[in-house]
Amino acid sequence: MSYEYSTQGYTVVDAGRRLVVDPVTRIEGHLRCEVNINDDNVITNAVSCGTIFRGIEIILKGRDPRDAWAFTERICGVCTGTHALASVHAVENALGIDIPDNANIIRNLMQLCLMYHDHLVHLYHLTGLDWVDVVSASTADPKATSELAQKLSPWPNSSPGYFKSVKDKLLKLINSNQLGIFTNGYWGHPAYKLSPEANLMVVAHYIEALDFQKDVVHIHTIFGGKNPHPNWLVGGVPCSLNIDGVGAADVINQERLDFVLQVIERCRTFAQQVVIPDTLALAGFYGDWLNIGGGLSKLSVLAYGGIPDIANDYTEKSLLMPPGAIINGNFNEVLPVSLTNPEEIQETVNHSWYKPYPAGKTGLHPWEGVTEPHYNPGPNIKGTPTDLKQVDERDRYSWLKTPLWRGHQMEVGPLARMLIGYTRKNDDIKDLVDDFLGRAGGVPVTVLQSTLGRIAARSLELAWSAEKMRYFYDRLIANLKNGVRATANTAKWSPETWPTSELRGVGFTEAPRGALGHWVKIRDRKIESYQCVVPTTWNGAPRSPDGQLSAYEASLMNTHMAIPEQPLEILRTLHSFDPCLACSTHIIGPDGKDLLTVRMDRGM
Amino acid sequence: MARLETTAEVLRNKGVSRRDFMKFCALTAVAMGLGPGADLAIAQALSTKPRLPVLWINGLSCSCCTESFLRTAHPLAADIILSMIALDYQDTIMAAAGEQANACYEQAIERYKGQYILAVEGNVPLNEQGMYCIDGGKPFYEKLKRGVEHAKAVVAWGTCASWGCVQAASPNPTAATPLHKLFPNKPQIKVPGCPAIPEVMSSILTYIITYDRLPSLDAQGRPEMFYGVRVHDQCYRRAHFDAGQFVESWDDEGARSGLCLYKMGCKGPTTYNACPSTRWNNGVSFPIQSGHGCIGCSEQNFWDQQSFYDRITTIPHMGTNSTAESVGVAAVAGVAAGVAIHGAASMVRHACDKKKAPEVNDDTSKS
Repeated sequence: MSYEYSTQGYTVVDAGRRLVVDPVTRIEGHLRCEVNINDDNVITNAVSCGTIFRGIEIILKGRDPRDAWAFTERICGVCTGTHALASVHAVENALGIDIPDNANIIRNLMQLCLMYHDHLVHLYHLTGLDWVDVVSASTADPKATSELAQKLSPWPNSSPGYFKSVKDKLLKLINSNQLGIFTNGYWGHPAYKLSPEANLMVVAHYIEALDFQKDVVHIHTIFGGKNPHPNWLVGGVPCSLNIDGVGAADVINQERLDFVLQVIERCRTFAQQVVIPDTLALAGFYGDWLNIGGGLSKLSVLAYGGIPDIANDYTEKSLLMPPGAIINGNFNEVLPVSLTNPEEIQETVNHSWYKPYPAGKTGLHPWEGVTEPHYNPGPNIKGTPTDLKQVDERDRYSWLKTPLWRGHQMEVGPLARMLIGYTRKNDDIKDLVDDFLGRAGGVPVTVLQSTLGRIAARSLELAWSAEKMRYFYDRLIANLKNGVRATANTAKWSPETWPTSELRGVGFTEAPRGALGHWVKIRDRKIESYQCVVPTTWNGAPRSPDGQLSAYEASLMNTHMAIPEQPLEILRTLHSFDPCLACSTHIIGPDGKDLLTVRMDRGM
Repeated sequence: MARLETTAEVLRNKGVSRRDFMKFCALTAVAMGLGPGADLAIAQALSTKPRLPVLWINGLSCSCCTESFLRTAHPLAADIILSMIALDYQDTIMAAAGEQANACYEQAIERYKGQYILAVEGNVPLNEQGMYCIDGGKPFYEKLKRGVEHAKAVVAWGTCASWGCVQAASPNPTAATPLHKLFPNKPQIKVPGCPAIPEVMSSILTYIITYDRLPSLDAQGRPEMFYGVRVHDQCYRRAHFDAGQFVESWDDEGARSGLCLYKMGCKGPTTYNACPSTRWNNGVSFPIQSGHGCIGCSEQNFWDQQSFYDRITTIPHMGTNSTAESVGVAAVAGVAAGVAIHGAASMVRHACDKKKAPEVNDDTSKS
């Protein structure tokens, strides 16, 4: 039964012991991972299975396009808002609606706020426990912890008394015999390398970040009314600006703007004084993880680009997060990416739980996608279809489809963005990366192509997001000084103003986890079809028809496991992608076959 | 609720004297390398009330309720998780994964049989043998049934678990099914909203911890204190509604002055939730305050009523309790009449023309 083949520089060997991790926790949604390990406990085969399917896109068929943001926003409550942004962009693109500059600024502030929030929660609350031993922290010397913290950062919460209070809280929990979320953790595992004092310092920041993240989202609350799932609007943003007139107290006024500014400034300080120093500390203790888990980041990375500096301009010159693709490990060249070229982005289903495509079709561009879910794990699974002991990766094994860019499996996300920006010599990104590499001891940029490098790239992007929030806040104030108040374009708000013929639109952004695209078709003023290709579908996909490993699978290859029964190494690398499974499974109606000329109002 | 024994009580019941218990604490403190006084702290911890055991599982959902819960400001999420409850299973933040995570679930069910709260986020797909949501290689439904069986009570977080929410919107491709349809006889609390308000979620738990009982529920199983009044009746923009002052178009002068969003499709008149009073994210704002109408996210089938931008002209007769229903019908009829009257005339004139003000009875909502 076992097999062996070569792909992307890896030799995949399905032999030896099979380990299953299901559920993979500290992620969004449901993910299963299976690996084979050899006699030396080295992973020789890795299998990523998305185990949730909700079918949001079929639900969208026939609905008012102006409502689509709310439905797609509910694809994911972790990266909340990012699907709504892609959705309003897609609908505006289809209908030919330009948004006011203030709306672009406020949307960017909300997207950057999400980026910051998501990365913050990931570092401490999702992946943090992979690197920090909570039980070890409870044995730390608070005074020595204080000295360590003060050496690393001017962050004021660093006194011996402060760290003692955190230690006491931990001890109380541990001694209560009710460990709660820390139950059955991998405490004492030899892969934990932080000193007790470093552990205690990061545990303190775990608690502080948990408190702080709830304040970060206040930017969403002010502009969007709530978080998770703030409100958006086709044509602009729903909030109005009023700093002088009657009724200002009821909308976005000076008090609200001051509130936003204070959150932004706290974000900048926390990034520089807590997140970056902690990331450097992790890199200091875990240098070996700068050489593990690189996977596709050494081979093929992709970004659509995001955060338009100029309203309604989605070209390279406007996007502050630069777009592009790098393939075949050629980090000297960034290739242009088109979301409308049917030869570029295609999805395949050879290894997914969907009915096969029509004869002669292997990959389909989202515009012509045909998707019918059909749970069918094949005859060679171990266990039964409703009690899976082992999937068969040569058959169908995931609810995720496999998206390819010009036939390549691609990695997307903060690391892909940093590598593309760095290769393009984007000033902001190059300065950020070079500064970090210098502070990490003059290491080369290639260390980022690793599990810990992926985490570091996310921390760098968090810091970048805070700076860009300040930039856009200042732009908003400048507009208000100049009397520019508009936040919505309502010329085409009424569906009566729309043609009844078929309209097509694409909306895209860089979500926290990577490139996100929504493709919509509107006919007779209703949604005819809707398709999302999302970051975790790229990264967590099953194999391509020609057997290429996805980013998750490739990154696990050749990793040594100290204690196979305790999958800490697997969690570290999978978590470095920040998996989001609710996002990654989707469907469109089987009517999306007829391909018409794509109508684009603006450059992509 | 029936009380769990503290560790000290377990030892005492096993014949261990107080004196031996204190000796045990001192030895433990020494063994762990702790300083003077730690033995007393350990004794204190072991003698205090055990924390409420909570198991939190996720079916078909987007995890917005987990995220919302983490946003609670009073009490802080960290304090709830580390000091107030024993959150022995919560797969978005728990340390363990795979077999160790599954063991957390089983151990807690065995240890706290009949004592724990099962908090459920998301719902159950019944199509494809339940395999639209797989957990541990099996349908999520299996895990849910196992947890429900021995739970003291079930908390249905958010609109997914309470009513079905977005994946159950027409045509509900996965046959996503909310809890009350699967376990009609199990004590449960619905805490709807997409997501539920952070501080509403945390206060449901602190209520149970503080008063040792479930909060009082309405006929639909929602805590009355948060879901007893319509958004419309608590809204700070209500005065504009009564005065006939409406936003007519996005970002018009009315929008910039904070007028009523009824004409922009606000579902406040048919939605029961605490948004205008508790507000969101430590009281910072709520949807209407930030300029967008309520989309009715705590109501059953809110995805399938009409566009979020269509004005309410009728309200569903299902899904509200008898009191709320009669109030809702009367109020919305009044609203529709009021808006029709207001349609042609200017805002100012109507603000002054009391005879033509909408006939909405403000007092009936609490009747």
